[in-house]
Amino acid sequence: MTLRTEPVTINLGPQHPSTHGVFRMRITFDGEVILDVEPVFGYLHRGSEKLAEERTYAQVVTLTDRLDYVSSMSNNLAYVLAVEKLAGIQPPERAMYLRVIAAELQRISSHLVATGFFLNDLGALATPLMYCFREREKILDLFEMLCGARITLSYMRVGGVFQDAPTEFWPAIRDFLSFMPEYVDEYEKMLTGNEILLSRTKDVGILAGETAINCSASGPVLRSAGVNWDLRKADPYDVYDRLEFDVPVGTVGDNYDRYLLRIAEIRQSLRIIEQCVDQIPEGPVRERIPNLVRPPVGDAYAHVESPKGELGFYLVSDGSIAPYRCKIRSPSLINLTVLRDILIGWKLADMIVTFGSIDINMGEVDR
Amino acid sequence: MGGYTPFREANAFFGNLYDLFAGLNVFGVSLIPEWLAYFVAGFLVIFIVINVVVITTTVGTWVERRLIGRIQSRLGPNRWGPFGLLTPVADALKLLTKEDTRPEGVDGWVFNLAPLVFILGPLLVFAVIPFGKNTYVADLNIGILFIIAVTTVPTIAMFMAGWGSGNRYSLFGAMRGVAQLVSYEVPLVLSIVGVLLLAGSLSLVDIVESQRIPFILIQPLGFFIFIVAISAEMNRSPFDIVEADSELVAGFHTEYSGMKWGTFQLAEFIAPFGAASIITTLFLKGWEGPVLPSHLWFFIKVWAIWFILLWVRATLPRLRVDQIMALAWKFLFPLGLINLFITAGLLLIWEDPTTIQLWAMGGINWVIALVCLVVSSHLMSDKLTARPPLAPVPGRSSGRAQEAR
Amino acid sequence: MYGIGIAKGLMVTLTNLFRKPFTIQYPEEAVPQSPRFRGEEFAWYEERCTGCASCAKYCPLGIIRIVTHPGGANVPEGDSYAIDVFDIDIGRCMFCGLCVEACPYDALFMGSGFERGQYRRDDLIITVDELRSSERRPSTWFRPQLEERDYRPQGGEPLSWEEVGR
Repeated sequence: MTLRTEPVTINLGPQHPSTHGVFRMRITFDGEVILDVEPVFGYLHRGSEKLAEERTYAQVVTLTDRLDYVSSMSNNLAYVLAVEKLAGIQPPERAMYLRVIAAELQRISSHLVATGFFLNDLGALATPLMYCFREREKILDLFEMLCGARITLSYMRVGGVFQDAPTEFWPAIRDFLSFMPEYVDEYEKMLTGNEILLSRTKDVGILAGETAINCSASGPVLRSAGVNWDLRKADPYDVYDRLEFDVPVGTVGDNYDRYLLRIAEIRQSLRIIEQCVDQIPEGPVRERIPNLVRPPVGDAYAHVESPKGELGFYLVSDGSIAPYRCKIRSPSLINLTVLRDILIGWKLADMIVTFGSIDINMGEVDR
Repeated sequence: MGGYTPFREANAFFGNLYDLFAGLNVFGVSLIPEWLAYFVAGFLVIFIVINVVVITTTVGTWVERRLIGRIQSRLGPNRWGPFGLLTPVADALKLLTKEDTRPEGVDGWVFNLAPLVFILGPLLVFAVIPFGKNTYVADLNIGILFIIAVTTVPTIAMFMAGWGSGNRYSLFGAMRGVAQLVSYEVPLVLSIVGVLLLAGSLSLVDIVESQRIPFILIQPLGFFIFIVAISAEMNRSPFDIVEADSELVAGFHTEYSGMKWGTFQLAEFIAPFGAASIITTLFLKGWEGPVLPSHLWFFIKVWAIWFILLWVRATLPRLRVDQIMALAWKFLFPLGLINLFITAGLLLIWEDPTTIQLWAMGGINWVIALVCLVVSSHLMSDKLTARPPLAPVPGRSSGRAQEAR
Repeated sequence: MYGIGIAKGLMVTLTNLFRKPFTIQYPEEAVPQSPRFRGEEFAWYEERCTGCASCAKYCPLGIIRIVTHPGGANVPEGDSYAIDVFDIDIGRCMFCGLCVEACPYDALFMGSGFERGQYRRDDLIITVDELRSSERRPSTWFRPQLEERDYRPQGGEPLSWEEVGR
């Protein structure tokens, strides 16, 4: 007797516990195996690019906070760099160091969120997530010290940062640098060798380097596929060219590599912050520029290595106080391009994990 | 009265209640006839046992949530009542007052019946568990078989819920559940057979009484297989693919709300209590223990096992459905067979083992368990080894993590 | 060997079981708050405000409403306006602090609290009367003069208008 079977289509999202926001996938299954994936997004579209056109250059900083709301600092940085390039402003050195410290703290925090939710997608009942959030809390405390907010930071300004760090910030960050490596060790002790995690993630969702390049993926997704491309090395901005750090590069390109890569990047970020704290010179933190910047007519593109990948801002100026056009190259959206290639043929459970390992943020995907 | 006497003596729990009712009299005239006393006492026994089970489970949910909270560096429920002890009451009240939604396109009868059938299995388990000396509802001579039979009942309910909901997530969960349960029945039964050979009886009361040494010491492999298989059978993490909240929303009970959902949840929390009771009875000498009363010993052992179950639940990620099947058939099944053969072989040599011979059997079984684990890990280890870090780890700082906390 | 990784993970969770919980029981204890915290209870000093409406112009959302009329002593100088309306709609505020940054006379400060929850949206508007009568514990955000004095708004003394100037 033969049974008649047929593929079943499931609407995964927009309301689903592990779509990391309001993401929707129409998935066709053969049993549990994925035959086809069709991503649908746009549920969180707020028109940030259009909104930027009617705000002054300083006001747009607050919009960038809301792109990738777990890494506001990197968004601030990318935007501010673009405006500085457009208007030809050189920020003071101390400001550049502060920006790097803030951006690297943000990278740690974002990677902690990514790792925590990755484990949550694996079904670990939120325990690793809670541990990751516990340490992220310390970073948010540092941010609160620095700029009075925890998530939507608006710390950076065109021509520097808004204000120098308070005196209590420096002992606090030294403290953070001294205990954080041990917490990372704790995660690794708990997770890296865990047989269940290994069996679930190793050799699952393999992304070939060539596919990653063709999909113009960036960030941890690209580097896990074995491509050594980090904008902090390839096109150094701020003071990254004066700092020593390694770029971790994956070997296989599977989910496990993406997890390992994030852990390694946390360690490297700690190293960068340590050097910055040692090297930071005294001086002003903000170039004296008018509140209403009027860049000359022209355009500029600036990109940073945000925790999710290459975050770029393309600004066109018509000489007025607001950008004529603001285009955001968001890494989350472009990293999603690889989704179909690495999901088809795997099971439903793998799909959730692989999707989690790409680490997207819907605020950035839909903008 | 004569016909009930032997039964009454063995089951003191029932017997005392029966005597109480049968002895109620006014000036020598019996108020309750003998047959009615029999029924009332029986009903009361069942009533007490079900309530003890449900109340223990309710406290258990609180303990579980508190302990998992502490494991996760937080406090857990602590608002309602002293230490949050009334949280389960608040939960139940909330569930009872919630709207009972019924989505379109459900199969009404099947949908509504599923929670009731689901809770039946975990509750029926307690019918044969000896809670203490001479305290049980019934001493079935096929007690273990009865347990194996009733623990499969929830599978039917799971499939009823999954099918009746008319939701694809539910159906996925139900299909996974059935496949998982059918696979794990096999190692589960195999691991029990070793115990049965040693005890020489299927009755749980006899099994407790025949344990001169706790069987966990003689049957380490059996214990390991049993605890893994029973976790899978209850759909507890790391085998919770049936619910898999990150994948299937809530699996087979996605479409349920209100107290129907609460019934599912209650059954799922009774299940670890049931499992811990079975493990205590089979492997930990049941209610037997020095000094303390037997009922207390039983609950101490149950809580210890329960703690292990929740500890594992709080730590481990979930396995994938095919890996769970592979674990059952490629790992636990052969181990169970080895365990069974070794135990049977040793019992052929020492037909009626003395205590020293039992210790010797335990030693042999421990050695074999370790050998099995090492050999099987070497067979599988190629995939399950961690990769080296992708970049050199920067130099370690001073040991200050503890202080900072 | 198979199982060592799992055992290590179990040990990590067990050690965490015996550690002090990290969370804070909020209504009973308050989170230690940085002095720069950008809170809801805006501090506004009418004595220092000239009604220039820089804050209103700088606000990315346009939620500050200011109505003034010429008044006071130095009308010819043009820098003394009486303020009729100074409403901040914190229901739409995102606490970016650009208004504070824009204020040239140190008249507007971010607040320190975060407990001004209301049941109706209309109640979220901080009216000029409320701003006038409230106890002001200004945040040190973008106000280095307060930071130099090591002022702690959380649980600190309310400041009068003479004390907050540069």
